[in-house]
Amino acid sequence: MEQQFLLMNTFSFPILSTAIFIPLIGAVLLFFIKNETAIKVTALITGIVNLILSFVLFSGFNPDTHNYQFGEFIPWIPSYNIGYVLGIDGITIFLILLTTLLTPICVLCSWTAIKERVKEFMFCILIMECAMIGVFCALDFILFYIFWEAMLIPMYLLIAIWGGPQRDYASIKFFIYTLFGSVFLLVAIIAVYLVTGSFSIPNAMFRNYSMTFQIWVFLAFAIAFAIKVPMFPFHTWLPAAHTEAPTAGSVFLASVLLKMGTYGFLRFCLPITPKASELFAPYIIILSLIGIIYGGYVCLSQTDMKKLIAYSSVAHMGFVTLGIFSLTLFGFEGALLQMLNHGVTTGALFLCVGIIYERTHSRQIFDNAGLGKIMPVYVGFFGLFSISSFAFPGTNNFIGELYVLLGIFKDHKIAGLFAIPGAVLAAAYMLRLLKQIVWGREDKREIEDMNLREIIYLIPLCILVFWMGLFPRPFVLTIEKTLGYLHSQLNVILR
Amino acid sequence: MLILPELYLILFSIIFLFISLGKSRQKTIITAKVLSFLAFIITVLCITNRGELFYSAYRVDLYSQIFKVLIAFGLCLVIFMFTDKDGLEDEYLPEYFMFLGLSSLGLMMLSSSVELISIIISLEISSYSLYVIIPLRRSQDSNQVEASMKYLFFGAISTGIMLYGIGYLYSMTGSTFISEIVPHFRTLMGQPFGVFALILTLTGVFFKLSLFPMHFWAPDIYEGASNTTTTFIATLPKIAATALLIRLAVIATPFHYSFVNALIILSALSMTFGNIVGLVQRDLKRLLAYSGIAHAGYLMMGVLTLSVDGIVSAIYYITIYVFMTLACFYVIISISRNGENSTLDDLVGLSKRSPLLAMTLAVSAFSLAGIPPTGGFTGKFFLFTNAFKQGYLFIVIVGAVNAVLSIFYYLNLVRMSYSKDTASFEIMKLSAHEKIICYVLMFIIIYMGVLPFGLMNIFKISLFF
Repeated sequence: MEQQFLLMNTFSFPILSTAIFIPLIGAVLLFFIKNETAIKVTALITGIVNLILSFVLFSGFNPDTHNYQFGEFIPWIPSYNIGYVLGIDGITIFLILLTTLLTPICVLCSWTAIKERVKEFMFCILIMECAMIGVFCALDFILFYIFWEAMLIPMYLLIAIWGGPQRDYASIKFFIYTLFGSVFLLVAIIAVYLVTGSFSIPNAMFRNYSMTFQIWVFLAFAIAFAIKVPMFPFHTWLPAAHTEAPTAGSVFLASVLLKMGTYGFLRFCLPITPKASELFAPYIIILSLIGIIYGGYVCLSQTDMKKLIAYSSVAHMGFVTLGIFSLTLFGFEGALLQMLNHGVTTGALFLCVGIIYERTHSRQIFDNAGLGKIMPVYVGFFGLFSISSFAFPGTNNFIGELYVLLGIFKDHKIAGLFAIPGAVLAAAYMLRLLKQIVWGREDKREIEDMNLREIIYLIPLCILVFWMGLFPRPFVLTIEKTLGYLHSQLNVILR
Repeated sequence: MLILPELYLILFSIIFLFISLGKSRQKTIITAKVLSFLAFIITVLCITNRGELFYSAYRVDLYSQIFKVLIAFGLCLVIFMFTDKDGLEDEYLPEYFMFLGLSSLGLMMLSSSVELISIIISLEISSYSLYVIIPLRRSQDSNQVEASMKYLFFGAISTGIMLYGIGYLYSMTGSTFISEIVPHFRTLMGQPFGVFALILTLTGVFFKLSLFPMHFWAPDIYEGASNTTTTFIATLPKIAATALLIRLAVIATPFHYSFVNALIILSALSMTFGNIVGLVQRDLKRLLAYSGIAHAGYLMMGVLTLSVDGIVSAIYYITIYVFMTLACFYVIISISRNGENSTLDDLVGLSKRSPLLAMTLAVSAFSLAGIPPTGGFTGKFFLFTNAFKQGYLFIVIVGAVNAVLSIFYYLNLVRMSYSKDTASFEIMKLSAHEKIICYVLMFIIIYMGVLPFGLMNIFKISLFF
């Protein structure tokens, strides 16, 4: 059944499995190393090898087809029709690249920040990478669910062991919130299985399910994904988790974990329950708008840098869900671009906060104000990522938000009008933060500016900000076919 | 030698009976470890035995042999977990092992019995040995005597109720052989009388499984008995009880709605009650007692489908349940210095004192909570799928909600050992064989989570032989 959707692997080795299991092998290797520097170097090398592998993957990626590529299929639990099915398409290729890019960055940013239990820390980072790539590659519900849940454990440990003062509360809240959603996901998966007779994801798409079935399955999926995104009423775990997590944890959370929710909407909700998606689209759009505006207002009153960026994620992810549920091609493309942009920009901002926290041991805006003259290089980077965050033309977020707004204005003009103030709010709170940090007060402190290691890991993100902002065509071309197919299939069903 | 494992366990008990007569007790623990490992090997070697004994009252087949392997492996692990500091008077050591062996013997016989009288006899052999070892604990307070009395009374009452049910079964069908009861009784199952008789008969099994409403003994006995004894009670009797439960429950078919509905209600109440009360426990053993009550409820989800796949998933679940509970108890045994009960606060800083134990605890807690890629998830997944397949959506939703509820207290175990810090701590050194137990248990839990199909197939085949 799977084969008709799955283009076989063009490489001589199972490249997706290799990408998933290299981090796992690296993680196991760590157990046999005693020296701390050697542990860090091993983790870094593992990350870089996987990054190179993902470039190889990208070079072999064919953007002219909507089918799943580099397919692998092994029967896993045959009596239940569960398979080890992997494959990627235009939606996932960049998310995988983002994950592999961020892993070495996360290792580098923890180089001096993590002083105790380095081995376990790097172990968790690599296991995270393994599970995250797995989530994006899996084309079998159970495989997907296993990776999806397995991700929780290292993330929980990252927050619970290396987190800030309130890590206990934050980690538990994160875990329970996410697990609560996942259980409904599992029930929905079983329901779909009982109807289709297989756990294959492509096999479950674009079928004629009854409306009642679609509504229930959609709701179960939507709870799980809305918590992960997080959408407005379910967002309360996010500020706590982001704030308390160590820098690497925050980067993974913001840049990749949040994307899994929106990825879920694109991959599961739209193709499997299209009619229910259309039915519920207005409500999701309303929640997204509330998220955008509410997130913006809450940001205005934050005094903690990390919390501010965390709430800004709520607003940014609002744009993504807005784009998805506009149910237009522009909306889809904008949403996917915005997912990548948010991953790059917010990840970079968290890295910046981590850099300053390592020096001043405070995340308060006031404590870090007026760095303009002391740390010119740092302020340069920080300024760039801040203006990118509020979608300044020429930076990556501008393109994403533009596409989303184009999509939403097509059918939902009033919703579009409400989204505009959200974009303005973003400028307000980011500029306020930037002003405080750069020119906040006269500061005579001696703080060392960024060192070479920190500059090295920010530069790739910096390049991406400009590349995606000034020349987004290659990115759009790669994702266009898959999203176009999704859109045309939805059109067939809905109209 | 159809019943070699059983004969060997008799020999095992007799050896310890003689050791208890002598004076030299230096090497009792090592002898026990060696002999119990031998028991495991012998049972594995006998796995292909097939035949019937004692006028067909005793059936040796793949189904019973699988349960015997589990019981022998469990006994072996429990004895390997036993440490000198386990709060047991030295002079009772040989007797202790003797009764552990006898109780395992009863449980093995239980998984092979297909006749009502032999079922009762096996059940009593295993129970009487437990009545004796529960109070064997260095006196801290009178808890252990109270526990023993409670277990004796509750056990006696449940056996009484079970006998009452068996009386009905016999009077209605005129036979004590399950194979003869099944065809006669299926016609009676449509009547309240039949449902009543079968549920009364199952009461003895529910007692061993600590399923609601026969769960009252569990928390007090877990708390009162010594750590190793609790480990034994929490795992091994449940294996044999599951074997018996499946043999008896298939008297009914999925079309006997009132019987199935009764089981659904028991299952739902059991998991909800266990998980809700588990939330507020501080004592680790009490916490695991309530967790056991909840898991008995999950187990029933598989049995109540009365379909082949559902029953296979129930067997799978009891297997993984045994290993994850053993792993949890192993950590409890290891952290208690003098065999006293441990509370949640004793776990604080465990990840620094002994990273391996903390990891074992984390793996087993995540597995008990049902988070992939552990066996607990895979087991629950099969249970949910099969119950859903039979159309019992209600129990699936109750199970899903309970899975979330239970996270609170399982995660608490991990949270205490990882994210709470203590100012001072001493590093716990683990010896080689302690490390091996940890690795073996973790390996089994992960293996059963990732590659379940081999075991599932064996369990499925065993049902047809």
